[in-house]
Amino acid sequence: MSVNRITVQNLTHTYGTRCALDNVSFTVSRGEIFCLLGPNGSGKTTLFKVLSTLMPPTSGSVNILGHNLSIGTKAIRKLLGVVFQHPGLDVKLTVTENLRHHGHLYGLKGKSLKLRIAELLERFGISDRSHDLVEKLSGGLQRRVEIAKAMLHSPQVLLLDEPSSGLDVGVRRQLSNHLISLAETENIIILLTTHLMDEAELCNRVGILDIGKMVALGTPDELKAQIGGDVVLIETTNGEVLRNAIAGHFEVLPILTENYLHVECERGHEFVRDVVAAFPDEIQTVRFGKPTLEDVFIKLTGNPFV
Amino acid sequence: MRNVLLPIATIWWREIIRFFRQRSRLFSAIAQPLVFWILIGSGLNASFQPAGVSGKSEYIEYFYPGIVVLVLLFTAIFATISVVNERREGFLQGVLVAPAPRWGIVLGQALGGTTLALLQGVLLLFIAPLTGIRFGLTSLLSTLGVMTLLAFGLTNLGLLIAWRMDSTQGFHAVMNLILIPIWLLSGAFFPSAGAPDWLAWVMKLNPLTYGVDAFRRSLYFDTVTTNGNMPTWTLSILVISLFCFLTYLGATLTASAETNKKHA
Repeated sequence: MSVNRITVQNLTHTYGTRCALDNVSFTVSRGEIFCLLGPNGSGKTTLFKVLSTLMPPTSGSVNILGHNLSIGTKAIRKLLGVVFQHPGLDVKLTVTENLRHHGHLYGLKGKSLKLRIAELLERFGISDRSHDLVEKLSGGLQRRVEIAKAMLHSPQVLLLDEPSSGLDVGVRRQLSNHLISLAETENIIILLTTHLMDEAELCNRVGILDIGKMVALGTPDELKAQIGGDVVLIETTNGEVLRNAIAGHFEVLPILTENYLHVECERGHEFVRDVVAAFPDEIQTVRFGKPTLEDVFIKLTGNPFV
Repeated sequence: MRNVLLPIATIWWREIIRFFRQRSRLFSAIAQPLVFWILIGSGLNASFQPAGVSGKSEYIEYFYPGIVVLVLLFTAIFATISVVNERREGFLQGVLVAPAPRWGIVLGQALGGTTLALLQGVLLLFIAPLTGIRFGLTSLLSTLGVMTLLAFGLTNLGLLIAWRMDSTQGFHAVMNLILIPIWLLSGAFFPSAGAPDWLAWVMKLNPLTYGVDAFRRSLYFDTVTTNGNMPTWTLSILVISLFCFLTYLGATLTASAETNKKHA
C-alpha cells in the first residue's frame, strides 16, 4: 500500500440491522482536498469516526499512508490531525494553553513546542489573541484555533468533520482558502465532510454519499458533466400530474422531489419559454441554471438533498 | 514510558487549572458538607451518643471524619462529571485520537481529581482542632496518606461511572442511588455497632467503611487507640488500596471499551 495515499476498500459498517456504510471504496492522494458530500444520515459521520480511529468498522479495509487501520492504530494516530464537528477546545483555557495541552499529548514540549505554537498562531492570524480565554473568541476565530491545534504536530492527514458548520459565508470562504493553501504548501491529505455545495465545489475531488453508498466520485466538474446542458427547476402544487404531462409533451424525464420538478435539458432557456407557455396555470415558479452538485445528487438518487 | 508521562501530566494540569477558573466549584463541593456537618452535627449532638465508641463522645466530633470523606466524594464526583459532556463534545474526542494510551488518559484524569479532592480535604483539616482532634506528626502524615488513597479511589469510581454515561442526568441518578448510600453506610454518619444485623453486614461489605475507618483512626493516631469494634488498621488499608486498584482498572477498561465500541 502506498505511503502517499489513503485507500478505503469495501468499507461497510452496520449499527445493529441498520447499514450506515455500504461497501464504500475510494482513495485520496497527498496534496489533495477530498470532500465527502452527503445529507444528514448519509454515513459521513460514521466514515469520519472510522477514519479518525474512534470506531472500528464492521468490515472492509482502510490503509492510511501505508498503515493498516485495524493493526496500526497507534502509528496512524501520530499522522492524523482531526477537527471534530463539535467544538474541540477547552473554553476555560487560553488559546496558547489549548495548543500547549495538545502538543503535550503528541509528545511535543519545551522550546520547539513554543516555537511551533508561535508559528501556527502567526499563520492563522491569531497571535494577538493568544492569551485570551477561548470562550472570549468568535466562532470563526475558534475554528481557526481548532485547525491550528490539529496542525500543531505536523500531521500528514488532516480530517475535518463539517468544518464550516455554524460559520457565516465570509468566514467559510476564508476557511476554504486556508485549507487549499495548506494542502498545497504542506503536501498533506485533507479530507473533509460537508453538506454544503459551495464548500464541496472548492475541493479537488468529491465523493457523494447517500444512505451509506458512494453514489458518485470525481472532480466537481466531472460530476456536473454527468448532466447534459442546463437544469430547470419548476415549482408546482400538482407534481405528479405535471410531471407526466411534461414528459408526454417534451422529450425530457422530470424528477419529482416534493413540490419541485427537476428537468435536465440541452437548451434550457427555450424549454423554460415552452413549458411556461404550455402549462401556465400549473407552474408557480421556474428557475433555470447551470447544473450544481445538488442537481447531480438529485439525478443520481432521485431524492432531495436534505 | 517517558513519553506517556507528558500526556498524563498535561491532562492532570488541565483538571487543576479548570477548577481554579470555576470558583463556584470550590464553593459548592465544600459548602454543602460543611452545612450538613454544622446542622446535623449540632442537632444530633445532644441526643445521640455514637454506639460502640468508648468514653464520652460528642456526635459532632464523630461526624467530622465522615464529612471530610463526603467532601472528598463530592469533589471527586464533580471532577469526573465533565467527562460525560466532554466525550460528546469535541474536547475529549480530540484527546482520544491522540497517540496517548487510554490508561494514561484515565490516570491523568484520576490524578487531577485526586489532587482537587485532596486540596479541599486539607482545607477541612484546619477545622479539626475545633472538634477536639489534636494532630501529631504521625497522625497528620497518616491522615494525608489515607486521604490520598480515598480521593484516588473515589475519583476512579467517578470515572468508572462517567465513562459509561451519555448524560449528566444519568450521572446524578447514579450519584443519588449509589454513591450517597455508599457514604451513608460507611460509618461516616453512624457506627455499625448499634445498627441492626442486616445493616451492619451491608456496612461490613462496603469498601468505603474501611476507608472511613482508616481515616478516623489516623486522625487519633497520636492521642487514643480506638476500641475493637472497628476493623483492624491493616485490613482497612488493604481494602482501601485494593479499592483504588480495582476502580482504576475498571475506569481504564471502561474507557478503552467505550472508545473501541462498534456502536459509538
